[in-house]
Amino acid sequence: MAVTFNQTGDGKWTLDVCGYACPHPQMYTKKALEKMAGGDQLTLVFDNPSSGESIMAMCDADGHEIVDRIEGGGSFTWTIRKA
Amino acid sequence: MSTTTAVRPGTAPAWHAGSTKALGLFGAGVLLSIWVAATDVRLAYILVYAWFGVGYGLLLQYGRFCMAAAVRDLFAVRVPRMAVGMMIAVGLFALVSAIVTLAGFSGVHPSPIGWHVLIGAAIFGFGIVFTGGCATGSLYKAGEGNVGAMLVVVAISFSQAVVVSAGGWLDRLVPASWTASAEAKDMPAELSVTQGWFDQFIAGYVWDLQAATLAERLGGTGSATTAVLVNTLAVAIVPVLVILGLLYWVYFRPGYMRRAKIAAPTLGQHLAGVWAMCTASRNTALAGAGLGVLAGAHVWATGAMRAHFEVDNFGELLAAMNHQAGLSMQDTVFDPGYWYITTQEAQWGAWVIERLGVPMRDNLFFGLDNGVPSPLLNAPGLMSIGIIAGAAMMALARREFKWKLPNMEAALFAIIGGTLMGIGARIAMGCNIGAFFATVTNGDPSGWVFLLGMALGAFAGVKVFAWWVDWQAARRGDDLAL
Repeated sequence: MAVTFNQTGDGKWTLDVCGYACPHPQMYTKKALEKMAGGDQLTLVFDNPSSGESIMAMCDADGHEIVDRIEGGGSFTWTIRKA
Repeated sequence: MSTTTAVRPGTAPAWHAGSTKALGLFGAGVLLSIWVAATDVRLAYILVYAWFGVGYGLLLQYGRFCMAAAVRDLFAVRVPRMAVGMMIAVGLFALVSAIVTLAGFSGVHPSPIGWHVLIGAAIFGFGIVFTGGCATGSLYKAGEGNVGAMLVVVAISFSQAVVVSAGGWLDRLVPASWTASAEAKDMPAELSVTQGWFDQFIAGYVWDLQAATLAERLGGTGSATTAVLVNTLAVAIVPVLVILGLLYWVYFRPGYMRRAKIAAPTLGQHLAGVWAMCTASRNTALAGAGLGVLAGAHVWATGAMRAHFEVDNFGELLAAMNHQAGLSMQDTVFDPGYWYITTQEAQWGAWVIERLGVPMRDNLFFGLDNGVPSPLLNAPGLMSIGIIAGAAMMALARREFKWKLPNMEAALFAIIGGTLMGIGARIAMGCNIGAFFATVTNGDPSGWVFLLGMALGAFAGVKVFAWWVDWQAARRGDDLAL
């Protein structure tokens, strides 16, 4: 599997880091958010639970909002709106 | 509901397929324990270790508690979550340990301070960035179905076994002073302490260093109570508060004051900020507190068990039960009596290597003290299995369990990083648990040297890791360069 980061629409992006353990998901999420404009939305897909905790802390510190979370079967799909 | 149906948190039913599996695993553990105890009540010594392991595993998974993140995420993404959690755990463990020590139940011994702690910790800290977890973290993540983490455990096991027994060309790297000092220790001939890099490192260098708590280093401070007070406050509580203050000031305060729209914070607002930092990740904070208390209770439980069975080491019970095969020459086995990770994994590696026909007891590490017991009778080894099992139960109950196979890069990182972790841990005489968590919480300042080394190694590791990811992205020509 590979990490994929694509623009899926106007101000909409998807980052898939499934299969990757720490620190890949949090480092890639940080970089993806840096490449996005304020107000853009990122759909983040990952399956490493501990990365989620760091990503939540990152969003909290930088003011990004996690607007939706869908979880199950060890997979996490989060929608993050960049500050 | 199946474990794979994706839903919003809080909307999953309280009971689902994963809950059943978790309960099944727990029930199987209980039945197995009853059977083991019924076979021979002295095997309860192992069961206590195993169930503390389950407790650790449950809390670790619940809190995403991995000390690698404490340094790695601090440098890589400026997230202090686990550094804070680790400090909470240290504080609580130190307090419980103080009580246990005053009650006369502690069996924790200080470690020697020397350059080896810093260097070994740095190698360890470098490795953990690439493996995705520290030694404990890799165990609990194995419980989440992470096969890469299992590879890390395998790599740590074999690299340690090789490090403590290898000689040959490695002997040429040994300073002459170590060889001479080792020879002068008059060890039994079958341990051949003047051969083997690690034997000479231990007998010719480490054994000449001083291992003492702070109170002992200060020349004894009167009563046992004063000693415990000095050790707990000066080695644990005060450094914890200082580090929490630094973490707050550097990593948490700017974002917190910006969100609270406070331009000139008062002391009260700063203190509120420190509290906000400590509780920012509720699960981590609760897990940290729980782990600290549980670790302290474990020290007490071991002391109580040894008093009950009238032994100082589990090897005596194994000998009494006619399990002589794995014992050291002193009829002892590795039996720390508290949360420890790396040595039992080295024993797993050595046990496999012995089965392949290579002798592993002609060295200090296995031959003199630790032995190579069967994994089924290795008490701290079954604590590690307990950690995996406890984490699996929690992951199943939270619908987070998923088998994850590593890709080639992740597998290579797991093996190389795990090998570095094993080498570093043996040089430093432990990992972040055995050489940091257990030491600073019991008055031994050498643990802070370990943490410093681990932080330096992780800092370098993050730099190399980021460079690697950038290089890969440039090769692929995509947009994901860090």
